[in-house]
Amino acid sequence: MVGLFGDYAMGAAWDEMFQAPGVPRAAYDAVLEALKPFGPAELHYRAEQLSRVFTDRGVTFAHAGEERPFPLDLLPRVIAAVEWDGVVAGVKQRVRALEAFLADVYGTGEVFSDGVIPRKVVVSSSHFHREAFGVEPANGVRVHVAGVDLIRDERGRFCVLEDNLRVPSGVSYVIENRRAMTQLLPALFTAHRVHPVDEYPSRLLAALRASAPAGIHDPAVVVLTPGVYNAAYFEHALLARLMGVELVEGRDLVCKGNRVRMRTTQGERPVHVVYRRLDDDYLDPLHFRSDSVVGCPGILNAARAGNVTIANAVGNGAADDKLVYTYVPDLIRYYLNEEPHLDNIETHRLEDPDVLEWVLGRLDQLVLKPVDGSGGKGIVIGPGATEAELTELHAAVEADPRGWIAQRPVALSTAPTLVGDRIAPRHVDLRPFAVNDGNEVWVLPGGLTRVALPEGALVVNSSQGGGSKDTWVLARDPSEAPPTETAAASPDGPVVVAPRVDGVRRDLGPAAEYAGQQ
Amino acid sequence: MLSRIAESLFWIGRYIERADDTARILDAYVHRILEDPWADEEASCRSLLRILGVAEPEVVVGSATVLELLAFDASTPSAIAGAWHAARENARGAREIISSELWEALNATWVALPQQRIASQRLGPHALLGFVRERAAMVNGLAESTMSHDDGWRFLVLGRSLERVDMTARLLSTRVLAADHAPSWTTLLQACGADETFLRTYRGALDAAHIAEFLLLDRLFPRSVFAALVEAERCLLELEPDVGRAGVGDPARRIVGRARTGLEYVDAGVLLAELPEHLERIQAASLEASAAVAKRYFQYAAPVAWLHEEG
Repeated sequence: MVGLFGDYAMGAAWDEMFQAPGVPRAAYDAVLEALKPFGPAELHYRAEQLSRVFTDRGVTFAHAGEERPFPLDLLPRVIAAVEWDGVVAGVKQRVRALEAFLADVYGTGEVFSDGVIPRKVVVSSSHFHREAFGVEPANGVRVHVAGVDLIRDERGRFCVLEDNLRVPSGVSYVIENRRAMTQLLPALFTAHRVHPVDEYPSRLLAALRASAPAGIHDPAVVVLTPGVYNAAYFEHALLARLMGVELVEGRDLVCKGNRVRMRTTQGERPVHVVYRRLDDDYLDPLHFRSDSVVGCPGILNAARAGNVTIANAVGNGAADDKLVYTYVPDLIRYYLNEEPHLDNIETHRLEDPDVLEWVLGRLDQLVLKPVDGSGGKGIVIGPGATEAELTELHAAVEADPRGWIAQRPVALSTAPTLVGDRIAPRHVDLRPFAVNDGNEVWVLPGGLTRVALPEGALVVNSSQGGGSKDTWVLARDPSEAPPTETAAASPDGPVVVAPRVDGVRRDLGPAAEYAGQQ
Repeated sequence: MLSRIAESLFWIGRYIERADDTARILDAYVHRILEDPWADEEASCRSLLRILGVAEPEVVVGSATVLELLAFDASTPSAIAGAWHAARENARGAREIISSELWEALNATWVALPQQRIASQRLGPHALLGFVRERAAMVNGLAESTMSHDDGWRFLVLGRSLERVDMTARLLSTRVLAADHAPSWTTLLQACGADETFLRTYRGALDAAHIAEFLLLDRLFPRSVFAALVEAERCLLELEPDVGRAGVGDPARRIVGRARTGLEYVDAGVLLAELPEHLERIQAASLEASAAVAKRYFQYAAPVAWLHEEG
């Protein structure tokens, strides 16, 4: 492979595109073929076009107080159909197990009495909320949307890095990335059958509607955002727009008599399902932080009274705590009686003094993560840390062993990424999104591939200089296509066949008589 | 006003609307073909050509052929370039009536089309199609804000409305015609720029009956067939405000009015079953109304030609 990838320097990590220098993996054959006519300059030009399109469309995230276009790398990440099947099975399994776990934690607690996980591990989590007891989800769903972060290890296996069951974000970039890619690089798509991603909003809406309180046949769904200054505001607005529902802020809602209503020009209108995009802590100042002004006072009592559904449910953080993460394989075996399809990263719990001592002695060889952190905050990667950072870490871990987990450093897989006007390997992860409507867990084909743009960086969060890639799940042959259309929620009704409309002449106008010239 | 000018304005309205609608339809179609891994490109493209009344070529038809025939071809007003050219030629003959700003918008777009075409060959059709939509909105906005809302303006809006009736009906008939390779209902909504307002109106109830109802009968969405018919009827009424004591003297208004009431009092429950008949009637009405307007208002001498005198 000369040209574009001529001086592509593979590192030690698994590479998504090449199995050996110059030898691409089969799934990428067609992409490379389609990219042949492109030089680096042309790609660079398109990348600039792209960031202009994103700026125009407002596909931005707030970084250091300014709106920046979300960096999208033009080289897609391709996942073969067979491999994707494994991811889907693993994600579904995990969501089902965690769903059962949450029902148990906020229910009878059999998992504790059966000795699968110590009660104190769960109740000591900062995201475990006693307030969530007694809130019974109408269709049994607490995890309406889940984002399960995956990485590939050195051998190319997908492993779970963490679960996100509170307010996983990023799906708007999946939708916008695909839209931008089909517009700017249509040539790439003609050679492929790529699973579309635009089904997500209708799936999400269906799941939210299905979770409405009992007896409500036409539920009013709203998206609750902290407001335009939130880093993910773009996503909140996009989802509300694509679902055709109201985007509300806390001040638009009012709770009276344990019912939630929104203030409209036609008076107060009932709200039945709140897809909230703010953390538990800010949701209801009556129960959580009393200084929160973005929440809706009283909403939790309304949920407890069964008059409104909060999605995702309050208290889900008890199951995506990083210490609980270490128990998830056991939870899968316990609740589902299945072996996990996706493995965890090898992780050490620090409550055992011997382990703690062992870990404290090897901080420079391990990755230490705060159990309740998100967005890559607070993670210390031992091999890359300075002496001072390690000393500080030592003190922090020693003071609060429950607050940390230790993992072996995994070299995340790399994917060719446009850096300036050359192509270099950058580390990537993958966040598939799962939507649970109570009957089925559906996994969006693809998900968000995040790229750590600084050379060698292993943290892919957008708040830490991360970008993203359009993620393609290749479809199987047309013979295996669904019988009618791709979308299960496809709006097709009966089709009336009456070919006689065909013949209606078209009035082309007087100009038809003279031919245009240019 | 001069019949000739009235006719020009009427056709400017029609051509710009046609360019706009065609761009929307192409964008939705091409996008869908790229995104849907199971799309049958050939069949989808052929259904599109058939519905827009373009002769199907004998060779294999793909997105590129469709773009050539419906976007770039400047020799026929059924393509975007051709329609824009025709609008511009009409405007050239009516420059003293239309505002300079409007003329400039029409002309500058025409001049920029070749560049846009080159850009779209490099970057894909979206750039060109987006450009055309933007410019059509600009032309409509400038007409709205820089022309007197007099008879001339009414002819422009009348043309636009009748074209819109025709285009939306044609688009809907793709579902009726080629059932196997028809675009999804969602694509139809996108092609009419109606996807977002539809979602907001029906809260995610994406079923065929609601979508057909929205695109045909909605009172508030300006691209629905009904709303466009109402607009056309209003223009015709204002063009001839003295209606007399009984009946409607203007044949064009009779046709448009009948089409409008035919939709207004339809039973939404059976709309889907009766869709083919409705669409046939609407397209016929659009054709007849256009002819009636021409007969009523655009009668003027045929072009004078020099004859070679024998002897």
